[in-house]
Amino acid sequence: MDNQASVPNTGSDQGQNLNQILQQVAEHKGCGTSSEGGKASCGSSTAPEDMDPAVWEKVKNHPCYSEEAHHHYARMHVAVAPACNIQCNYCNRKYDCANESRPGVVSEKLTPEQASRKVLAVASTIPQMTVLGIAGPGDPLANPEKTFKTFDLIFNAAPDIKLCLSTNGLSLPDHVETIKKYNVDHVTITINMVDPEVGQHIYPWIYWNHKRVTGIEAARILHERQMLGLEMLTAAGILCKVNSVMIPGINDKHLVEVNKAVKSRGAFLHNIMPLISAPEHGTVFGLNGQRGPTAQELKALQDSCEGEMNMMRHCRQCRADAVGLLGEDRSSEFSTEKVMEMDIQYDAEGRKAYQEKVEVERQATVLAKQAEMTDLEAEFSDLKVLIAVATKGHGRVNEHFGHAQEFQIYELSTKGSKFVGHRRVDLYCQGGYGEEDTLPTVIRAINDCVAVFVAKIGGCPKDSLKAAGIDPVDKYAHEFIEQSAVKYFKEYLTKVKSGEIVHAERGDADIRQGAYIAA
Amino acid sequence: MAFKIITSQCTACSACEPECPNNAIREKDGTFIIKPEKCTECLGYFDDPQCVAVCPVDDTCVIDNSYPRYVEA
Repeated sequence: MDNQASVPNTGSDQGQNLNQILQQVAEHKGCGTSSEGGKASCGSSTAPEDMDPAVWEKVKNHPCYSEEAHHHYARMHVAVAPACNIQCNYCNRKYDCANESRPGVVSEKLTPEQASRKVLAVASTIPQMTVLGIAGPGDPLANPEKTFKTFDLIFNAAPDIKLCLSTNGLSLPDHVETIKKYNVDHVTITINMVDPEVGQHIYPWIYWNHKRVTGIEAARILHERQMLGLEMLTAAGILCKVNSVMIPGINDKHLVEVNKAVKSRGAFLHNIMPLISAPEHGTVFGLNGQRGPTAQELKALQDSCEGEMNMMRHCRQCRADAVGLLGEDRSSEFSTEKVMEMDIQYDAEGRKAYQEKVEVERQATVLAKQAEMTDLEAEFSDLKVLIAVATKGHGRVNEHFGHAQEFQIYELSTKGSKFVGHRRVDLYCQGGYGEEDTLPTVIRAINDCVAVFVAKIGGCPKDSLKAAGIDPVDKYAHEFIEQSAVKYFKEYLTKVKSGEIVHAERGDADIRQGAYIAA
Repeated sequence: MAFKIITSQCTACSACEPECPNNAIREKDGTFIIKPEKCTECLGYFDDPQCVAVCPVDDTCVIDNSYPRYVEA
């Protein structure tokens, strides 16, 4: 595609891009920030007091809409919607799709009936599974009959499960009424641009009114439909999350504009995700060498958009058939073959009782952090550091360094701890790589952190981490992540003051390339 | 007189099936096929053949040369 020719996509402009984004941060913050009062907590883990109780009710156990909930609650996607009505340059329908993380041509798509049975099977096995989403592998609203038939079956069989869907927005205005009818109160729209000039470099064509429309006209129609759909959702009281793929040199700086546009139209949460692009994906961007952002570039853009709008930073860009907590994928346990053999007992009462226990655990996590915060708030320091955490969920430091498939990243300051992202490392641990090969890759993935919290760690990796300037910390094994993080930061400040350690800026880190697949 | 689907290219995404004005497309053995006797190349319905317009893989829905071109009655 020649539309890529003028777009810089080599590593040499990374620094320049970052500076431009940081410049925009300053400009954006100046006008975009308002009081905390109207800001709902979800992308961040702010206390629920600042949130409308009706909204909190909708998001509190939705792992994708609440960062805090994602430690405790699981979701699943059913792949009932294979058809799509647009083409994106980061997606290849013939092979596995990178950003939408589609199951691909070899994995199974489901009929609504199969999907409904699978949902009941998962709900019976994983009582903290609270959300069913339809996310493709195409566009759910390009398959309206299959999508809504699935919702209908689940709505009747398991009314306690929240329903959600994601869409590119092209058909959205036609379906808002039906979405409302099925009580779907979370909809995600992928919006990568609000300017067709930018959009033409992302979307080669759309299928619209029985025609294939290309170029800037395609992007213009898509943009208008997305904005109309978002406004209609807001008017209907349906919570809307906006996903944007950050494509350096194409829409990275433009996403600040996208953020303003969707915020003003009532979007609840903005999720800026890194482009995943590699030649083996066979996508236009994979083949023309378009790079994805670095960890620092992504964080700078997310920070710049964090005015009065919540930013989602815990997205795992999962598959359209993912099952489990966001950081895990248990889909292989629930193949159609296995699901058909299962004896499914849907126990609504048992699920409720389990979720009540989860709530107790979750409250304990929040209270422990708040208690730890008391003497930190009196400290004066503008120091900010990142730490990496190995966790299996429940908000605790409970994973062995060597077993971690991902590390969660927290930013620590005198304001406390804040979840700012995650780094996948499991892809590198597969395919016959030995320990010695894996470690440098893990270190590159968390290179911007001063410490890594683990439940346990061996002697060798401990030494390598220390040599790389990353403090391996196992003394908080099985304790709450955020409480431990605040504790650690207080110690860190003390050590810096006493001169025991010298605080230095850390470098950038790698974002893994590859869709989330079952481990 | 008809389009055909190159089986090896078809991702079985099903996008073409509901768009066909002649109901000539159905799933068979994990991929999609066009019934040639039913296909009118969308003549009389749309300016563009719908299966071609919606198919995500280029050059997958193509003219089947083993049939003469469709002529409107």
